[in-house]
Amino acid sequence: MKVNGNTVPAEEGLTVGALLEQQGYPVKRIAVEVNGEIVSKAQYDSFALHDADTVEIVCFVGGG
Amino acid sequence: MKTITCNGKPLEIANDAHLQQLAHALMPTASVVIRNGFQTNEDILLEDGDSITLIEPGILPPQDVLEHMMAARHSPHVHETVRRACVGVAGLGGLGSNIAAMLARTGVGHLILADFDIVEPSNLNRQNYYVSHLGMYKTDATADIIRQINPFITVETHTIRITEDNAWDIFHGCDVVCEAFDHPACKAELVSALLSNSNTIRIVAGSGMAGYGSSNEILTQKRMSRLYICGDGHTAAANGIGLMAPRVSVCAGHQANMTLRLLLGIGQP
Repeated sequence: MKVNGNTVPAEEGLTVGALLEQQGYPVKRIAVEVNGEIVSKAQYDSFALHDADTVEIVCFVGGG
Repeated sequence: MKTITCNGKPLEIANDAHLQQLAHALMPTASVVIRNGFQTNEDILLEDGDSITLIEPGILPPQDVLEHMMAARHSPHVHETVRRACVGVAGLGGLGSNIAAMLARTGVGHLILADFDIVEPSNLNRQNYYVSHLGMYKTDATADIIRQINPFITVETHTIRITEDNAWDIFHGCDVVCEAFDHPACKAELVSALLSNSNTIRIVAGSGMAGYGSSNEILTQKRMSRLYICGDGHTAAANGIGLMAPRVSVCAGHQANMTLRLLLGIGQP
């Protein structure tokens, strides 16, 4: 699968939550989209990722 | 005979009528002459269907003429489209107060503004407020500024802290919402709440505009199917790296321009 444009192996049973933990993302400051659909925080641990999925993770920094 | 529009009203003119000649005949004191959105001193042959605006500086015209005069510098097809649009601004700090003013100047017809905070002295280094606004809710102060910029814009304000629970209620009628919060967790929460509630709403967010690094690092990027991010992506407001007017305004300009492009049907950042 693709994560922010990089090829990453989609292990069997990998969820969005596990991917975020694996890659060290600060969960409170991000938004996640899989195949063009937003994944809400409540879905992270149940949302299964599959081969050929396209995952986009946006991480915000403070200030505005 | 040809028919043109002059200060918003139809006018029949002779086939050989020229712009400056006609302007002088109609309003000898007019020093600003605009034809089809473009100010000119040339004495051009007028065409059927032209729209001209004659302005006498310093004179406040009646409301209907004022609206036409203000619209005269908008590109015609742009003005008609943005006048029908609805844009939300979530947070009215450095980004949001400037974005709202720019969208008002662009003629976006309906603005939904939300912020819970009041204007404080420490806001004046970058936010679009004046000393006279100190102590006012930012929603009221921004609505006041917009009335001064363009009284023909409908402004809806929500003086409330925006959360994932109320974001959709506040912004569901918007074509585009500009995310303009300070805290990164609030930014993320708003984006998730709005994108998961709707299949059409677009969000233009800000991330990374503190300090005085190069303006050229601030970009507009399409990061999700309906999410655009403006900023350098990494310079957070932190101890010793404050938010300052120039870079915050550059980022606000990126957000306002991406919003305008989306309203005009252009999805490319």
